[in-house]
Amino acid sequence: MADNSDKRVDDVTGTETTGHVWDGIEELNTPLPRWWLWTFYATCVWGVIYVILFPAWPLVTGATEGVLGFSTRGQVAADIAAVDEARRDQMGTLASMELADLPDDPELQAFAQRAGASVFANNCSQCHGAGAAGVQAAGYPNLLDDDWLWGGTLEEIAHTVRHGIRNEADPEARWSEMPAFGDILVEEEIDALINHVRALGGLSHDAALAAAGDELFQDNCSSCHGIEGMGMTDLGAPNLTDAIWLYGGSEEEIEHTIRYSRFGVMPPWGERLREADVRAVSAYVHSLGGGVEAAPTN
Amino acid sequence: MSDQSESPALFAARVPIFPRRVSGRFRNLKWGLMIFTLGIYYLTPWIRWDRGPNLPDQAVLVDLANRRFYFFWIEIWPHEFYFIAGLLIMAGLGLFLFTSALGRVWCGYACPQTVWTDLFMAVERWIEGDRNARIRLHDAPWSARKVRLRVSKWVTWLLIAVATGGAWVFYFADAPTLARDLVTGQAAPVAYMTIAILTGTTFVLGGFMREQVCIYMCPWPRIQGAMVDPGTLTVGYRHWRGEPRGKGSPKRTQVAAEAIGGGEAQPRYGAALEREIAAPRLSRTGETLGDCVDCNACVAVCPMGIDIREGQQMECITCALCIDACDDVMARLGRPRGLIDYLALDDEPPIEPGKAVDVTELDWRPKPLWQHVFRLRTILYTVAWAGIGVALVVALFIRPEIDMTVAKVRNPTFVTLSDGTIRNTYDVRLRNKHGEAREFHLALTADSTLRIELEGESDLTVTVPPNATELQRVYVSARPQDEAASQDRTEFRFWVEDLVNGERAFTDTIFNGRESFDERSGAAG
Repeated sequence: MADNSDKRVDDVTGTETTGHVWDGIEELNTPLPRWWLWTFYATCVWGVIYVILFPAWPLVTGATEGVLGFSTRGQVAADIAAVDEARRDQMGTLASMELADLPDDPELQAFAQRAGASVFANNCSQCHGAGAAGVQAAGYPNLLDDDWLWGGTLEEIAHTVRHGIRNEADPEARWSEMPAFGDILVEEEIDALINHVRALGGLSHDAALAAAGDELFQDNCSSCHGIEGMGMTDLGAPNLTDAIWLYGGSEEEIEHTIRYSRFGVMPPWGERLREADVRAVSAYVHSLGGGVEAAPTN
Repeated sequence: MSDQSESPALFAARVPIFPRRVSGRFRNLKWGLMIFTLGIYYLTPWIRWDRGPNLPDQAVLVDLANRRFYFFWIEIWPHEFYFIAGLLIMAGLGLFLFTSALGRVWCGYACPQTVWTDLFMAVERWIEGDRNARIRLHDAPWSARKVRLRVSKWVTWLLIAVATGGAWVFYFADAPTLARDLVTGQAAPVAYMTIAILTGTTFVLGGFMREQVCIYMCPWPRIQGAMVDPGTLTVGYRHWRGEPRGKGSPKRTQVAAEAIGGGEAQPRYGAALEREIAAPRLSRTGETLGDCVDCNACVAVCPMGIDIREGQQMECITCALCIDACDDVMARLGRPRGLIDYLALDDEPPIEPGKAVDVTELDWRPKPLWQHVFRLRTILYTVAWAGIGVALVVALFIRPEIDMTVAKVRNPTFVTLSDGTIRNTYDVRLRNKHGEAREFHLALTADSTLRIELEGESDLTVTVPPNATELQRVYVSARPQDEAASQDRTEFRFWVEDLVNGERAFTDTIFNGRESFDERSGAAG
């Protein structure tokens, strides 16, 4: 039982006790400075002011708004608007200029590449990967190499980004379709073709089967992939003689491609992105190491 | 609290302190240090230092916007922040060193809170008068005179406070330009806000909070309590010499002195008695008294409002003003100085207060001063402090003129080109610390079979703008038949040459070939 009747000055410390005694243990009275109390009151007052000024109390479907009308979402929107405003001139020039002239303006090119990097990270990296290396198992192309299905100049890349590939949403989308030869050719013919294609790509193969596949290739494949298997970018037909395989160069993958065909799709980004963003991301992709200067060569 | 049953007060009002003016050697030392430290603080931003075009000509400048720190001939970039860390560690070790040797000298002489409070007290004394006048003014009801004195004091404090906040912002921008902008109202809002905040803190902490800051806000007194030991020199009261304190009876003392006669007196206290022999003071009732006349001069001059005679206290900042005050009194009484003095607790003689003891018969001698300063602890602190200092200076001098960092791009580790060439990508950052744009030439080791290309450049030359870092994507490739194309790792070296002065530097890195690729993810054969 605590009471104040035993208040005295403690011998050891010279400090007055509060008079509170619990089991013989006395409590020294070392009062806080009064300004500390004022500081505490000041924080309470500030708390009330804050609650009035800023969003504070959670309600069922939202929160009190505060008289200043501040919101973090609004602040982000304002920040984005400020950045857009600061970039307006450059984005305007980028959207209206002749894209092929971009390399002549190194400053704008650097701006476009940096802006494109963030457009890419937000919109493209989901399939093509953060490093733009693609995903072979899913047929998402590697954008770092020098092989382009639909052409690697700035304008060709921009067209692909703007309209997409094999989508029905955009009539200008890149479009080609390889037949599924599983219904057309017999087992032996497919086997021969696999070996012929691997021979074209310089991979290990059965020479006899590959030779037998040559005629099949000319009859069925050369109209798109070319007589020598070099492909045709106008049709998005891959070059089969290079070291790059969109879906992989193993016998199983090639067999799957021949038997069932492939149908990689990319959405038309012109619908979602501003023209300047389309051009910026094209400039970025073009700068990743495979960009083609003039007309496509393969 | 006269009523015993009343609840104890949970909060205590600040007891106002009216420190008396004092003069003496420690006061003079403190004036000198105040002028020195405040001089450094206010004048440093105005020192000019020519670094050539494109670089600021302010000797000490923290350029936050461009992330540069300029200190006379030294320029620190963000990646060299370890220099600042090193300086901070040195400052910490220096504080430990001084604390273990000399106690809380930082608190007493150099802490900004002490220096500015001292300055504010000087203003207060100049406007409102010394201790007694200020006590009277404090107790007096409000009148025209009190208002006039208070307002002029506060205005002077505010001017000092504005100058303090104002000086701070000059460290972060070109001082003459910022000064003009501040006056014409064109400076950045953050500059005005910083000045306002620092004005407020200086005014309140120096004018009103004063010792409350040291006692309640600052962690240093607690830390220092753990860092001093009995061998540390600190401000203390020679209890054995001063007690029992009392006013004394001049008549009785004189009689006693005559009774002793020439040279017969028993020495009563230590070091002092080796110089002179003093007769004991006697009280009116004939008791032998110590040297303390209980004049309270030491209490009256104390800016912390404590009584040093109660022993070592957390509140004591060891400003040594009580030493000056007591020495003054001792001199007037014809007693040796040093009743309150810088002393080490383990140096004091084992003498019971009030007992006449012949110290020459005691097996006791105070250690010389240097033995308190040069102890194992302080030597170890000095070695650590100097070691870091030397390391920093060495690091500063061997800092390469050319700065290149190479970061290999690992997403993906390599790219296969259509002809089977294996290509790796590197982010190379080149820093140009000069005031003009410079050209750098990149190359690989001459005998390497690897080839190098720069993204967006037709040759191997990179132009870096003045005082900037340039990020350059660099492609290194191995032809399909090269060993590096098939190996997991091939080590190689990037060389960079400054085309202006021909200086070269290199960075070692690795090239990843096909072997580094995981077959399961579908590598083409």
